[in-house]
Amino acid sequence: MILEIRDVVKYFNGFSALSDVGMDIEEKKIHALIGPNGAGKTTLFNLISGMYDVTRGEIRFKGARIDGVKPYLRTKLGIGRTFQIVRLFGFMTVLENVMLGSHCKTKAGLLKTFFRFSIREPQEEKATRENAMRWLEFVGLPHQANEIASNLPHADQRLVEIARALALEPDLLLLDEPASGMNPKETEELNSVISKINQMGKTVFLIEHNMELVMGISHVISVLNFGGKIAEGTPAEIQGNSEVIEAYLGKR
Amino acid sequence: MDYLISVATIAGIYIIMALSFYMVFMTGQISLGQAGFMAIGAYVSAICSVKWGIPYVPAVLIGGIFSGIVGLVLGLPALRIKGIYLLLLTLGFGEIVRVVAINLKYTGAAEGFPGIPYQKHTLLYAYGMVVILIIFFSRLRRSRMGRAFQAVGSDEDAAEIIGVNIISAKLLAFSVGAFMAGVGGGIFAHYQEYVEPLMFDVMHAIEFLVFAIFGGIQIFWGPIFGALVLTFVPEFLRVIQEWRMELYGALLIVMMIVRPQGVIGLDTVQTLNRLFRNGLGKGGAESPQAM
Amino acid sequence: MILQQLINGLMLGATYSLVAIGYTLIFGVLGLLHFAHGEVLMAGAFMGLYIIMWSGLPLYITLPLAMVATGVLGIIIDVLAIRPLKKDFHLAPLLSTIGVTIILQNLAVKLFGGYGTRFPEAIETVNYKVGPLLISSANILILGVSLFLMVVLYFFIAKTKIGKAMRTVAESHTTAGLLGVNVDLIVLLTFGIASALAGTAGVMIGIVFHAITPFIGLTFALKGLVVMLIGGLGNVVGAMIGGLILGMAEVFSIVLLPTEINLQDIFSFGIMIIILIFKPTGLFGTRVTQG
Repeated sequence: MILEIRDVVKYFNGFSALSDVGMDIEEKKIHALIGPNGAGKTTLFNLISGMYDVTRGEIRFKGARIDGVKPYLRTKLGIGRTFQIVRLFGFMTVLENVMLGSHCKTKAGLLKTFFRFSIREPQEEKATRENAMRWLEFVGLPHQANEIASNLPHADQRLVEIARALALEPDLLLLDEPASGMNPKETEELNSVISKINQMGKTVFLIEHNMELVMGISHVISVLNFGGKIAEGTPAEIQGNSEVIEAYLGKR
Repeated sequence: MDYLISVATIAGIYIIMALSFYMVFMTGQISLGQAGFMAIGAYVSAICSVKWGIPYVPAVLIGGIFSGIVGLVLGLPALRIKGIYLLLLTLGFGEIVRVVAINLKYTGAAEGFPGIPYQKHTLLYAYGMVVILIIFFSRLRRSRMGRAFQAVGSDEDAAEIIGVNIISAKLLAFSVGAFMAGVGGGIFAHYQEYVEPLMFDVMHAIEFLVFAIFGGIQIFWGPIFGALVLTFVPEFLRVIQEWRMELYGALLIVMMIVRPQGVIGLDTVQTLNRLFRNGLGKGGAESPQAM
Repeated sequence: MILQQLINGLMLGATYSLVAIGYTLIFGVLGLLHFAHGEVLMAGAFMGLYIIMWSGLPLYITLPLAMVATGVLGIIIDVLAIRPLKKDFHLAPLLSTIGVTIILQNLAVKLFGGYGTRFPEAIETVNYKVGPLLISSANILILGVSLFLMVVLYFFIAKTKIGKAMRTVAESHTTAGLLGVNVDLIVLLTFGIASALAGTAGVMIGIVFHAITPFIGLTFALKGLVVMLIGGLGNVVGAMIGGLILGMAEVFSIVLLPTEINLQDIFSFGIMIIILIFKPTGLFGTRVTQG
């Protein structure tokens, strides 16, 4: 198990957002998290990446507890993520955004940046840039490298965000609704990108509403409703689960 | 000619001050304490020169370093403070420095601190510092920490999630900004030959803010441009000189409505780069490297 | 003696409360720090002064007139410097109101001079002896008016339709819009009310201190901000109580602390820094415009 979620409870101002959620994410699998809007999916992601802290319960990553650990340290441990609403750094270039991804894998401090006599690009900077370029090629956007990030079409911004998360070479990648706002062709591309990521041996944990995508690529699916887990299993099992169908139909 | 040199010197010092504001602003923090840090640099370097006979360059540097350390200590509360809190903290800090200076008999209290040795090459030293800062900022722009600063400034939470320690980034930026302002203050003190608390009130801090915001906050050329234009233009247009502050205020409001990124934005730099390259007939697609 | 100081503290604190309520109202409803709020107070003080000087009308007519005038000033600021801003740069409103601050303060210096202007005798000063206590008519007036305004405001926000609309807007502009609340109008009204309160405080400061300068804005702005921090951002009741706390703390600090150094000015900043470090949400929590 790369990620273990045990009896996690989260309250916001006295309202329960998640109650006793438990989940195991197996290594090198694609694990999907589905459920109606407001079921607590993004809240769970935020608890894993550290934007919020759990009210009760524990989260383990590679066996070590990470709840209570600062967000940037969790990232350093190897958890990358993207956001439901794209959060690229607007007035930086696409390349710079992806280079930021490897921030915690690199070291150069302020003094080292300033005090050097050569005017050539430092070794580490060069490596960071080449690494970032590699990931841009991976998601198919090398030609956009020098464009200002906010000028890109929406679907491309999503891919840049994935490249940025990949640039830190995470073992676990959290994708929050990666296909939202994408047309079928773009979703197709995304599908192949996610599969490729998985084939490299990385674990993918994703929230998604696009059922075709989810059923097509996931190994395991967990279903959340009203802050609790109501089902878990293979795509085939989930498709036949009456409680899941009810949760969705009841909501829509 | 002398007049021109004196205006240019002051402009150079103002560039340093505008850049010190920009340094902090990069991480999304607004500091109204830059005049306070300038005061610390000015007073400490003056004490070094007058009371202890330390030569000019080390005296100014000591002033800057001392100011940087104060910045570090003052920034510590910022560890848990977001948004407007730092603004309030720096505002209060600027006032505290002023009140301390007014009451401190050692440095002449409210009457001011006279007899600081005059540095006749201030112009060179000021612009020397500006050149150093230009090198610093252009290297910073293409570096790990520079990108981290900008990321924190643009979206704190996202920056933390991608692995930036936002607390240390902010603290570092704040402290380095304080150092720059301290150096500016030291240079200023040895040019004016005397300092008094009134020279460093909050309105001055706001002036530095206007230089930076007007010039542009996406890239360091902005504050430099802003400080130059807003120092030189009023000097040569008397009408403007009289209404200078009112104009600054109006400028700030108009900029926020029309072009919040300031006169020199990233788009300006890109356009200039393109023009420059086409002019030279090279037309390479590779982005220009830092110096 | 202690009781006497208590009354003085309450009086001072009441004016702080009025300023802080304005800040906190605007912060609660718009989520922005109205940096020029202190200057609105200063403008209110001068408007009060001139209304009294020119018209010679009694205070119970001139005070409401000054309130209306500052209310209008606040609305003008909203229309010219806040409303036209684009929404995508979150620091724009703060910077824009810093621009307003510069304009108002420097215009005031040009119009009224940089020195103190004597405030006319707005009310006949009568001192009442109550046992060992000396209470002036000015004290009674200030306390009475402040408390009256605070109570009215409390019920206005808690009970009236417009008050409810303000609370809705404070929760979310979008939701309020969906519920059919005219958000622009409510924002305008908030600026009007907050500014009128600042204007009242300005006139009262004139009455108490007998003289006003164009620089009182910043001083009282800082006190108001400290009070807002004590009370919690956006918490109206917190601002009311916080003002009284700061007023009394200041008065007692004069009595208890050594007088050779002017510590009073930095005293409130000291409180602010301590609160920022230990309890950034304020003593009464951050709750948006609780009724």
